[in-house]
Amino acid sequence: MKTDDLIAALSAHVEPVNRRLVGRRIAVAIALGTVLTLAVILAGLGIRADLATGRAVIFLLLKIAFAAGIVALASVYLIRLARPGGERRISSGWAMIPFAGILLLAAISLGQAPSRHWEAMVMGDEWLECLLSIPIIAIVPFAAVIAAVRTAAPTNLVWTGAFVGLVSGGISAMAYALHCTDDTLPFVAIWYGGTIVLCTLAGAILGPRLLRW
Amino acid sequence: MTQNKQKTAGPRMMAAEAELKGLMLAALDGDSASHRTLLNRLSSRLRAYYKSKLARVGKGASEAEDLVQEAVVAIHIKRHTYDPTDPFTPWVYAIARHKLIDFLRRTRRSFVDVPLDEADEAMACDDYIGVESSYDIRRLMQRLPETIKCSMEAVKLDGLSIAEAAKRCGLSESGVKVNIHRGLKTLAALMAQEVRL
Repeated sequence: MKTDDLIAALSAHVEPVNRRLVGRRIAVAIALGTVLTLAVILAGLGIRADLATGRAVIFLLLKIAFAAGIVALASVYLIRLARPGGERRISSGWAMIPFAGILLLAAISLGQAPSRHWEAMVMGDEWLECLLSIPIIAIVPFAAVIAAVRTAAPTNLVWTGAFVGLVSGGISAMAYALHCTDDTLPFVAIWYGGTIVLCTLAGAILGPRLLRW
Repeated sequence: MTQNKQKTAGPRMMAAEAELKGLMLAALDGDSASHRTLLNRLSSRLRAYYKSKLARVGKGASEAEDLVQEAVVAIHIKRHTYDPTDPFTPWVYAIARHKLIDFLRRTRRSFVDVPLDEADEAMACDDYIGVESSYDIRRLMQRLPETIKCSMEAVKLDGLSIAEAAKRCGLSESGVKVNIHRGLKTLAALMAQEVRL
């Protein structure tokens, strides 16, 4: 086939293109993923029963703020990464800010507590449930966001996959916070932060396979 | 074989960027003539880029032409990912390089490091000497589902309007548009499979 013939074929009846499609599709996928993830938490695990107490509400808001901060920052980078050459226009350090913040708060919290309490503060009651729930439930938003990014054109599939994982882990942690009753800063830093990092690594590994074009 | 290459200088690169970007913006608004001119300009630059890169791994003009066509189809299918607030040349270069890396992985079964060049320089040369690629579009299209094949052939190869194609294939006009969109994506995947040895 001659390239001229191909170009002639491609240029027959060119449709106008919506220039905001990339950002809009990813934003819709993140919103849809969040709604579905909330539904999974509500149906599968249920909301924590003690939301009448002030401490429970404060920790719920803190967990949501941590996870939502990650989702917000990571989404901005993901939309850049979804376009060809986008990897040259991101500085991924900013996405680390919520992690640095929660680790700092956790360190302060541990520093103020006697060391015999440390193990209870870090391990909580349900560290295993948290360790399993956040990555497993993250599959739901991950599928939605991957589907949206596949319609775009990322050229660094490892980084793009990692940011899809980061966004998904954040959404999953945000929803899991509604169920989780472990209210210490070290617990949130280790188990929420750690599982979100796991989701990011999984995304980085899966990215080249799932996002190829 | 003679090669017709032109090296462009700084101010000319900027003029080329402005011209190509103008064509791209018109193409995004649905201007078929601009789209065609744009793809023609880009194909000569892509040809020069791929020939110079493939020469280093012992591949010739035919493989380069395969890649030119893969990149042209990708630029067409993925044109909605160009953000008009960004410069145009780096966007094209990112797609060209992505397709090159993909091609080298497919054909050599190993990772090949493709250095990241400056987009302006990598895309600065023209090469108008095209050969035929190894793809046979009519044969590839035989592998598409019937309604998609009918829509693609009517509009893209036989030059019918969307309305005429809808009539011929027994579809709605929006059905023809959706079929063409799906067909192009499938065709791009088939082209990539052809050289997956």
